[in-house]
This record gives sequence, C-alpha cells and structure tokens, in this order.
Amino acid sequence: MNGDQTKLLQEQVVSAAAEQQTLDIQAGNTKRFLGRSPQGEPLDLTTHQGILSYEPKELVITARSGTPLHEIEAALAEKGQMLPFDPPHFGAHATLGGTIAAGLSGPRRPYTGSARDFVLGTRVLNGRGEILRFGGEVMKNVAGYDVSRLMTGAMGTLGVILDISLKVLPIPASEITLAITSSAENALKQFNAWSGKPIPLSAAVCDGERAYIRLSGATTSVEAARHAIGGDMVDNSNTFWRKKMLEHQHAFFQGSGDLWRISVPSSTPSDSFPDKCLIDWGGALRWIRTDLQPQVLFQTAGELGGHATLFRGGDRQGQVFQPLPKTTMDLHQRLKLAFDPQRIFNPGRMYAEL
Amino acid sequence: MSLHSQQQTDSAQLKVDKTTLLSAFGKFLPSEAILFENEDLHPYECDGLSAYRQLPLIVVLPRTVDEVQQIMRLCHEHDVPVVARGTGTGLSGGALPLAKGVVLSLARLKSILEIDPVNRTARVQPGVRNLAISDAVKPDGLYYAPDPSSQIACTIGGNIAENSGGVHCLKYGLTVHNTLKLKVVTVEGELITIGSDALDSPGYDLLALMIGSEGMLGVVVEVTVKLLPLPERAQVVLAAFDDVEKAGTAVGEIIAAGIIPAGLEMMDGPAIQAAEDFVHAGYPTDAAAILLCEVDGSNQEVSEHILAVRELLQASGATEVRTANDEAERLRFWQGRKSAFPAVGRLSPDYYCMDGTIPRHRLPEVLKKTAELSRTYNLPVANVFHAGDGNMHPLILYNANNPGELERTEELGGKILELCVSVGGTITGEHGVGIEKINQMCFQFKPEELEQFRAVKRAFDPDELLNPGKGIPTPKRCSEYRALGSHQHPHDDEASS
Repeated sequence: MNGDQTKLLQEQVVSAAAEQQTLDIQAGNTKRFLGRSPQGEPLDLTTHQGILSYEPKELVITARSGTPLHEIEAALAEKGQMLPFDPPHFGAHATLGGTIAAGLSGPRRPYTGSARDFVLGTRVLNGRGEILRFGGEVMKNVAGYDVSRLMTGAMGTLGVILDISLKVLPIPASEITLAITSSAENALKQFNAWSGKPIPLSAAVCDGERAYIRLSGATTSVEAARHAIGGDMVDNSNTFWRKKMLEHQHAFFQGSGDLWRISVPSSTPSDSFPDKCLIDWGGALRWIRTDLQPQVLFQTAGELGGHATLFRGGDRQGQVFQPLPKTTMDLHQRLKLAFDPQRIFNPGRMYAEL
Repeated sequence: MSLHSQQQTDSAQLKVDKTTLLSAFGKFLPSEAILFENEDLHPYECDGLSAYRQLPLIVVLPRTVDEVQQIMRLCHEHDVPVVARGTGTGLSGGALPLAKGVVLSLARLKSILEIDPVNRTARVQPGVRNLAISDAVKPDGLYYAPDPSSQIACTIGGNIAENSGGVHCLKYGLTVHNTLKLKVVTVEGELITIGSDALDSPGYDLLALMIGSEGMLGVVVEVTVKLLPLPERAQVVLAAFDDVEKAGTAVGEIIAAGIIPAGLEMMDGPAIQAAEDFVHAGYPTDAAAILLCEVDGSNQEVSEHILAVRELLQASGATEVRTANDEAERLRFWQGRKSAFPAVGRLSPDYYCMDGTIPRHRLPEVLKKTAELSRTYNLPVANVFHAGDGNMHPLILYNANNPGELERTEELGGKILELCVSVGGTITGEHGVGIEKINQMCFQFKPEELEQFRAVKRAFDPDELLNPGKGIPTPKRCSEYRALGSHQHPHDDEASS
C-alpha cells in the first residue's frame, strides 16, 4: 500500500533508537553510489508516497518523500511548471526524498538556484522518533532556525525526511540551445562575461571542444540573445540537457578513472586541474576523471576557494567529501547529536565522524 | 509588553562586576570604543521596535575582527551575554539589549573589502549598508538583489541575522539565496568560515542555518554576497480594484500565466489613502485595493510581459490599469508603497507593524477576519501586502498614551499572527521573532520542535550567551503563555511520540 507511512516509520525509528540499531535510509536506491558506503538496517521509504498538495498559483508543491521524482515532475509539467533546480534522477526510481537528501542540482543551478534554495518546509523524524515540522508552504518564513534547508544535502544523517514543500517555477515560454566551437579557456571567459549581463542564460557547459549554451525566457528576449551569442542551434535541446548532461550519458562520463565533482568560483582557470574536464554551471562546476589521489584533489579545490567530491568510483570507505577544518567538524558532530543523539541515521555516510 | 520586560530584568546575576569588565575591555579597546555611561548607552536601548527598551550594561564598538574575537573570548570567559547589533533598524526587538549584558556593535566594521566583477561577488564587512553594496557595484553593471524597505540604513550583518527580503524576493530570493560565504566568530571567540566562494560547500548547510538565526548562533564579521546583472529595463503597472478579493485573484492569474513579476505589491483602502495624502503618488483613492506589478528583464521581455499583465489585470476586473509613463512615474508609484509605513504613521500617534505570511489564496479570509478583530479590539488596521509571496504587513494604529492601548494592540497583533498560522502560514516572513513574537512561537511550534531548536542553539552556544531570550522561547515561557488562554497548537492532533 502506498500512502502515509508516518506511524510505521516512527515505530521503526523509536525501536531502532531503543536498541541503538543503526538505520540505512533508502527508497529508490538511485543515489546509493553517492557518499560513503551505507551501513545499518534498511529503513525503506518507498511506499511513503503521494503528492499532498499542489497549487500552481501558489508556486508550491508538497509531497511525501517516497514519491517518485518523475511523478512530481509530470504533475508540475501538466500545469506548465517545473522543479527549477534541475535535479538529476540517476535511475527510474529516484524519489523526492533522496533528491533533497542528496541536494544535487543540475545545469540550471547557477541561474535559478539550488535544491536547498527551493526547499520551503519539511516534516522530519529525528533520532528520538519525534515528528517535527519546520518551515512551511510559504515563500518567506523566518520563524525558528532554517532546519528544512539544513536537511537538504545532509545525506539523511540528521533525520528521516517525511514530507517536503518546494517552491516551483513556470516552465520558460521559450528555450533553445546553442553550440559554439570553443576551447575550455575561451568558454570560461565567455560564460563569465555573459553571466554579468542581462542575458537569459539557463545553462552553460563546455567539453573542451564545444560550448553549449541554453537560453530560457520570454520568446523575444531568447531570440535577441540568440543573435548576440551566435553559434548553431542544437536540435533536441531537452534530450541533450536531460540525458547527456543531467543523467551523465555524455561520452565524458563513460571514460576511465574516478569521477570527481569540483565546485569552484566560476572564473577558476581551465588549467587548474591536470586531467580532462567537463565544465558545467557556467564555470562553477568542473567534472573530472582522474586517478589522482583524493588528497591532491581536496587540496587543489580547497586552495581555489572551493571543494571536491569523489562522485563515482574510488574508495567508498575512505574520505569522499572535502575534509572539514576541525572547528567546523566539531560543530557538525554537535549538530548531528542534536538531531540524532544515538547516531542511528546513516552513520558514516557523509563523513566517518558523523 | 510587561511580560517581555520582566524576562529582561530577570536575567541571571553576572559573575563579574561592571568595573572589572570595563578594565578588561580597556586592555585591548581604545576608551572611545567602550560606552558605559547612561547618556552614551541611550542610543542603544532599542532597535526599530521602540516599544521595547532596555539599557545595556556596556556597549563595545570594535574596529577589527581581532577585537571582536577578543570581546567574545572575554565575555565567554566571564559568562557575559552578548547582543550583536548593526544599525538597529530591526522591527522585532532582536537587538534589544540585556541589563546584564554587552551590546556588540558591528557598525564600525563597515568596509567593502573586495568587489569581484568577473565572479560577480562582493566581500564586505557586516556594518556595510545594504544599499551601499549596490551603489558600489553599479559601475560594473551589477547589484545586490535583496532590498528591504530599510535598505538605505540597514546593514548586511543585520540582513544575515534576519534573512531579510524586500519587494523583489519572489523573483530574486531572500538573503539566504544571495549569500555565498560568512566569516563568523563563535561564542568562544574562534573565527570560522561558513559557505565558500563556490556555489555550494561541503558538509551541512550551515550557511542556511546561520542566515536568519538572529544573532543566536554566532557573530558575523564578514559576508560574501552574490551580485546580479542589472536588468536592462523595469516597468510597473498600477491596477485599481473595487474589491480586495479581485485583486488577490489577479495575482494568482499573473503567476498562473507563467510570469514571475520582479515586484507584486498590494495595498488596501486605508493604506492607499494614507500613502496618497503623504506623497501624492497618483493613487486612485476610491479603490478598495491597488496592485503594483513590476516586471524587469531585457527590453523585449518587459514589453511582452507588460502587455500580458495588463490584459490579465483587466480580465480580473480591475477598474483601472495604468502603466507608468516614464521612469519618474515608476519611481512615484513605488514611493507611495515604500512610504506606506510612515504614511500610515501620520494617521495616528503610534503604529504597530505585523509580519505574518500566508498562502496567498487564503488572503480574502485573512483580511476579513483581521477586519473583524480590528472591530473587536476597536483599533484601526491598514494593510500593506507583499502579494507575490504572501507576506502581510497589517499596521495597527494606536496611541501609547491611552492607558491599556499598547497592551490591547499587542494582543490584537498576537491574534492576527495566530490567524496567519491557522491558515497554514507563519508568524514572521522577514522581520524575525526577536523578543516581539516570542510568545507566538509557542503557538506555531509544538514543544518537541522548540526543543529541537534549543538543541541546535546549544550545538553552537552551549551556555546560551548569544542574544539569550530572543527567537526561541523557553519551555517555562510557553507554559505560562498557554496558561493565559486557549492557544491550542494547530498541529496538536498529529501523530507524535
């Protein structure tokens, strides 16, 4: 039966807490490759499904965490709206809960915002098995600490997300993709220059040979920007972004070596990393395939003012997220205990210390 | 307000006397950076919510991050509570001092440290004024988007503390959407970095947690904000309605048509009349409500959207639709809205501004019930409304010199906020809880949720020295508040442990 499993989930958490049994929170299992190796008894949210409310005129949708992501996106598309942060699915069974717990955002992110930017509220189970509601279904809400956004990207280590309210946006009236032959260096220069101008950019990537630029907005302004930028129109624009970029089916992602996701200031020079690189987020995200040691990548990214994540491959028992300074890690540990005093939720999934 | 002031004077006795503390500050701060005489302390006794006043023990005015660290170390060592403050424009008493506490003014940390036009960021000290950032980056064709009404005076540090919004946040977001990195001094005096120069950061989203935390988790000493390209053009349409509900419907129609206006504001009859009398913005004073709808973007986009918006407004029953003829008229339309608070203030010796947010479609019902409450309490209410995002600012008119009227105003305000919560909204959209709405926190959140907030606070500040008594109520306060009346929590019927 699909529906509200709150009571059942609460019972499982309460009993796990009593027995100090660690829990491995899961649903569609499309993002199990992320983070450090999961451990613990499965806590399955697959059947905790359903869209609870969706009012297009309010630009807000609320759904249970086990709701399939494609179901959410279809419901929005029917009303001409979308999740503005372009979440990757990485499989047919991706759920809303996993999407928010992983906190990943696609190529549209620099221009419209990230997963956490659109989270308005959550209902969660903490490590004491209490059902807590934070934020809500309104755009502006500063009552209490912003726990809902804190849950986003926490890899399930702070609590079990039960329901999520998200701000959504209209699908742009017009959307086109342009391709331009370009070196990485030149693409970075162009991307940063365009981003500082009122041009309706909604994605900018470069694979080292060609740059792909997506424009979204009112038909007239997309058309004007197309003339200003030049290049060739890409057919099946949606397939390119969704399949090749978002779902990592571009040839670059099929290569050998570990896949690293490196988040840096957008003007970071193209030669900052030795191996072949795919530039996303208008320069602010670099995908790299390499056999270099993790500490080399962590150090380089850190020195550039950003951070590195071992996205796929490598040692999943080791450090996969950028190491944190001691004071910051101490703070993380205290926060973890504030929500999950027995450390039962996804222990070690993000950092060994959490 | 008596309940609030009681809590202030009740704060625990200090373990250190004023003289010892003054001489300890004197070891690393110049004497002009330490205020302790009553006459010098008076400017710090309140923030923008002047109904609440309290003289602090001492005010310190550091000029460097190092001095802030030393102040925090000293206060931590002696268990002295600290209230951080910018220019004190806050509207919820968040910077209200403690009689036995230090006010840490960040007003002298006011340098713009770096502008990076290529990466479109600015690194600034917390005492920099909101508008000063946009002014400084204008030559690069950039601006900082969040624009609270107080933007001429309010500081970016205070914006971080409150997660400030403004009239443009439906399209461009709040402070939390426009901030990349903070440098924060912890309660122990350690300097930590939260966020990064990239678009995201490793670990938990401490940036989101820190923004809007009302100075209760750390002291912000540096802020890196995101900058946006200035839109090519902005245009505003004014629409008049003979019925508030029709205006509300029009807002929904514009959004359903796929247009996200840069600003979408509504005013009701009393607010229109007051604004018109004050600044002569050219508002139709016989209207029950007006909408101001601004669209921005490229030239072509603005023309396309203005046309669509005009049609939608007319179809929704607007009695009049007017597009600003030129930039001067556009600014005049906005001036009326931006002057609404002082304009309403002229109608009455005092006014009290509320900040509840509601799901937009509940507007007619909330306005109707607000009007009923206004009659019951015999206090006039004018409504100014960020219609795009559901943030209401009912302004209660009162006279503090009439015995009991302040208390009645506070009670009416509390009822309006509880009304906002019962329709699925919140007690504060952008002004913060501070000391003002601390009782209503007991209504919006159940005890386990408040306890979770306290646990978060303790993770940063175990001895509760940072702005104690604000934001999150104690269990004792909530039980007293609940005992006063039937403040049943709206979610009490839910499954819980």
